[in-house]
Amino acid sequence: MASFLDRDRTVARPGFSRWMVPPAALCIHLCIGQVYAFSVFNLPMTKLIGITQSAAADWKLTDLGWIFSIAIFCLGLSAAIMGRWVEEGGPRRAMFTAALCFGGGFLVSAFGISSHQLWLVYLGYGVLGGIGLGLGYISPVSTLIKWFPDRPGMATGMAIMGFGGGAFVASPLSVWLMKHFSTSTHVGVAETFVVMGVVYLAFMLVGSAIVRVPAPGWQPAGYVAPLTPKKLVTTQDVYVYQALKTPQFWLIWWVLCLNVTAGIGVLGQASAMSQEMFPGRVTPVAAAGFVGLMSLFNMAGRFFWASTSDFIGRKNTYFIFFALGTVLYAAVPYTGAVGNLSLFVLCFLVIISMYGGGFATVPAYLRDMFGTRYVGAIHGWLITAWSAAGILGPVLVNYIRQYQIDSGVPKAQAYNVTMDIMAALLVVGFLCNFMIRSVHERHYMREELLDEVGVA
Amino acid sequence: MREQTAGGTTALHLILAWGFVGIPLAWGVIETVRNALALFG
Repeated sequence: MASFLDRDRTVARPGFSRWMVPPAALCIHLCIGQVYAFSVFNLPMTKLIGITQSAAADWKLTDLGWIFSIAIFCLGLSAAIMGRWVEEGGPRRAMFTAALCFGGGFLVSAFGISSHQLWLVYLGYGVLGGIGLGLGYISPVSTLIKWFPDRPGMATGMAIMGFGGGAFVASPLSVWLMKHFSTSTHVGVAETFVVMGVVYLAFMLVGSAIVRVPAPGWQPAGYVAPLTPKKLVTTQDVYVYQALKTPQFWLIWWVLCLNVTAGIGVLGQASAMSQEMFPGRVTPVAAAGFVGLMSLFNMAGRFFWASTSDFIGRKNTYFIFFALGTVLYAAVPYTGAVGNLSLFVLCFLVIISMYGGGFATVPAYLRDMFGTRYVGAIHGWLITAWSAAGILGPVLVNYIRQYQIDSGVPKAQAYNVTMDIMAALLVVGFLCNFMIRSVHERHYMREELLDEVGVA
Repeated sequence: MREQTAGGTTALHLILAWGFVGIPLAWGVIETVRNALALFG
């Protein structure tokens, strides 16, 4: 079994099509994207004992909120710490481990739910599942970039689009399974977890079986590497821990963090915001539809913007995110003031497409800066920017809104200052992006280090 | 794409692999669009 997982055993034979690799990556990302839909379990898990309504001994929503938080925390931690192991061990070993962790996390949690032991759910979905999320998220990145040197943005965009799309599959599937397993004396969450754990395990194992790395020196037919490298695209590799010492890494860290902060802040508040800015016109039901549309644009933006970056460059792509985002955020209060709901929806759909695009374009940006050898591991460290933004964005939006309301500002205008602050954050992001230059050659991997770690 | 499928990977492999991930994703997207349209309608 160990040899089956080795990097050497995953080297593609002649005739293998590189178009088999994106589905392998999607097998992983479509599954782990389930984390975005975890909230569908929250309410049913508060009624495990009371069934129709929460009993005194039932879990509280505040306690259940920690499951998602622990999972996201472990995602960032494992991606950062295990990134080098993922790169050096190869994608199959990483995907296989991610499958065991993510699928196993569901099964441990199912036992925790059936025995009503919340710590087991924290350990299962939170810790074990979170590690699976982190490993799964970064595992196909460098492999895809190596298979698609001509279109690295499109390749990683496809995989990361799957992460955005995972919730579309998980949400209706979870609801359907809970409905199927529920009885008058039972909510059916534990059984749902068992089924989903087994299905996700199988699905991810298929991905790990399909994935291949290209043979050394392989290039796509007809592809000729540019003789004169582009200004911001290196042909050398930078070691993962050396990359962390470069200003470029931290500038890209802030670029991602600020782009995600702006997006994630409104993503969680979109429903309330649309109803409060257009009172009487947007019902809770319509607001839910608006959130669904935003999720679609979040997913589509990942593929669209990452693919576009192959033609216009990563730096220019982020310039668009920050410049257009600033204009759109600044325009949102105006749409509320003039009561133009269509313009409001359009603004947010474009904003959220750029939020997704930021996630999907960044692996190719890292590849341009630091080469392909350790791009997955470097990407793992960069994901800490996502964790930071996950705290910063919602906190900014929620607290500023509350402060505005407490100060007597009408609810319909309570988001104006928030939007201005988000626009200002994007201006800072624009400046960070502007400051990014090529990595100095002193950071490139030396020959002896290349020999030591091997060249994939 | 075609020039690389002559050896190990056949068109059937590609259809199966893409169908394996594409069908669930398409189902999820259709469900979401249907809900969104119904809600706005």
